[in-house]
Amino acid sequence: MDIEKKILEGDKRACARLITLLENGNEEGIQILKKLYPRSGNAYVIGVTGSPGSGKSTLTYKMVKELLKTGKKVGIIAIDPTSPFTGGAILGDRIRMNELSLEKNVFIRSMGTRGFLGGTSRATTSAMAALDIFGCDYIFIETVGVGQSEVEIVRLADTVLMVMVPNMGDDIQAIKAGILEIVDIFAINKSDLDGSDKTKLEIEMNLDLNREMDYRPPVLQVSASKNTNIDILIDEIFEHRKYQENTNILRDRRINNNKEEIIKLVEEELLKIIYNKAIEGDVLRELAHKVTNRETNLYDARDKIISLLIKNKKESF
Amino acid sequence: MEGIIRVLVAKPGLDGHDRGAKVIARALRDAGMEVIYTGLRQTPEQIVSAAIQEDVDVVAMSILSGAHNSIFPKVVGLLKKQGADDILIIGGGVIPNEDIPYLKEQGIKEIFTPGTTTKEIVEFIRGNI
Repeated sequence: MDIEKKILEGDKRACARLITLLENGNEEGIQILKKLYPRSGNAYVIGVTGSPGSGKSTLTYKMVKELLKTGKKVGIIAIDPTSPFTGGAILGDRIRMNELSLEKNVFIRSMGTRGFLGGTSRATTSAMAALDIFGCDYIFIETVGVGQSEVEIVRLADTVLMVMVPNMGDDIQAIKAGILEIVDIFAINKSDLDGSDKTKLEIEMNLDLNREMDYRPPVLQVSASKNTNIDILIDEIFEHRKYQENTNILRDRRINNNKEEIIKLVEEELLKIIYNKAIEGDVLRELAHKVTNRETNLYDARDKIISLLIKNKKESF
Repeated sequence: MEGIIRVLVAKPGLDGHDRGAKVIARALRDAGMEVIYTGLRQTPEQIVSAAIQEDVDVVAMSILSGAHNSIFPKVVGLLKKQGADDILIIGGGVIPNEDIPYLKEQGIKEIFTPGTTTKEIVEFIRGNI
């Protein structure tokens, strides 16, 4: 299949194949992405984070349903955890979005974290680029949902939406953990439950206390299952986008995100190289033995390995 | 980086018994595969749409309602139409032995009836993609 040609024609299978190639670090896929990269950068990315069980998938489904009314093309990347022991994963977010499967203007891709920490996966940005090139106007990234440690989503999204549920102790925890700084919109889902008003109040109070804000994140009460205030939520996303575009914040944000992404890719590549060199001749294993026997120490071991990569660093081994 | 096998586990039609499908899903996950489970009451069109977008290596369908002879071939046909006939298609559930030859003719590579071990299924997938 001519992926390059077909993805630009809006062929879903081509887009799907490209994402697979990129996810597997396939060189052919990377070359295609390099070639088509200038055609990306049009999609607006919304990161959807929040604790498991908060209703991220259902809410994403409802938001996309609403967005489709405007005739836009939407991509969804739904991420679920990969088992650290088996390397496998159950990717079940599609269950909540079944009706969207047949929508011409929707592309849903499920991804496993594959060992990546922080709520997303190593290949999420590549998948985003593929969906962008494919023609998506909006891309929703639904994170794994571990709540407090999900800082990766900030590096990917233009707007970060945090989904909360009334009365989960988590809400307060998330606020204390500094999540406030990364969230652009709060949505209290299942807001028909008791405690919804109290939760809203608590978030608002913490927003009052915690920071100097140019843009105060709205705290919305929604219900995905009951279809309450989904339109308002979409409006707030539009508002946030408008604000960021008008103040050039969006551009700065994306520059910063790309900076982080470049570093991340460099780190990965360096680690691969170092690891390969250290495995050659069993250097790493020998060093580990020597450190344990106190024949050398951790820092000299470090230097020994670095010296494999950089010729002029002195070996103190 | 090597590719991880991606499997779509689907429950087509109106059959509401998903325990078997979930057991398979978990077994495949434990075998290091990524399993996309789409839940109950999938139409053939939904199954195929998901298979394409998720670029799966395998479509594994489970039916206990007896509708396998009509639904399974429909899925095979739709996948072929989309140019996706390189996907390994397997099925399981309550499927009489006498129906198996017909289903294989229609493009289902193997049928796994009750009593099959999950180990067999994992090995079949690994050996056939």
